[in-house]
Amino acid sequence: MARRFRRTRDGFDTRLDDLEAALLRDLAADLLTLLDLDPTEGDEVLGRLFPDGYADDPAAAADLRELIQDDLRDRKRAALRAISTSLADRDAKGRLTLDAETAEDWLTGLNDLRLALGTRLGVTEQMYDDPPDDDVDEASRHALEVYGWLGWLQEGLVDALLRSLPGSGAGAP
Amino acid sequence: MTTPTIAPERVHESDPDDVVDPDRPWVTIVWNDPINLMSYVTYIFQKLFGYSREKATSLMLDVHHKGRAVVSAGPREQMEFDVSRLHAAGLWATLQQD
Repeated sequence: MARRFRRTRDGFDTRLDDLEAALLRDLAADLLTLLDLDPTEGDEVLGRLFPDGYADDPAAAADLRELIQDDLRDRKRAALRAISTSLADRDAKGRLTLDAETAEDWLTGLNDLRLALGTRLGVTEQMYDDPPDDDVDEASRHALEVYGWLGWLQEGLVDALLRSLPGSGAGAP
Repeated sequence: MTTPTIAPERVHESDPDDVVDPDRPWVTIVWNDPINLMSYVTYIFQKLFGYSREKATSLMLDVHHKGRAVVSAGPREQMEFDVSRLHAAGLWATLQQD
């Protein structure tokens, strides 16, 4: 079982077992494949990852998209690759220490993985208060568990990163 | 990390109905979504804009409860830059003239 992220003198520590590491690698690889597609061709996940910058001005939105999309895609790819690469650094017990820069990549990558999975699953705010009942099929149930696990992992990392910000009232341990 | 270059000389098609008043500032708006974690949104506001924990939390709560919040204001090019950074962080952001 994964251990929640925590800040240490060396960086940001977690522990992931082999199945969890493999799951993260697979999810990252899937999203990297999706990122090769054109975001304007109607895929709902890409629509969420590359939203219009102007709500009511399609021409301005298209101009801005042309300007920033390649850089945006490169950043998303780099974050996902950083997750996969650093998973190889887990020790025999699955422990992993991220430096500050890699922790930011993980934060971005985990968030994009949650956006992708949550969008596919049609996640709504009501679902957090009222979880889906028995009529959910097995595949969706598994996907929802993965989505919940990603949120748990990300929440731990966010908390550790929030504590590392200046003025947070908590310095390095 | 690289930042996109926003060319100030970029020309927009002029539309007679679209009268741009140079005195009206541009704003960046973040919209509520059901996936981004509240703590994550707070962290991004602090990290990107240098806001205090209190201000970042207050803006996050506005997004959550009111559906949207203005997170920055200024020249159009700066707002396009802010929107691009928010999109990189996975937040749903747009810019418009106030």
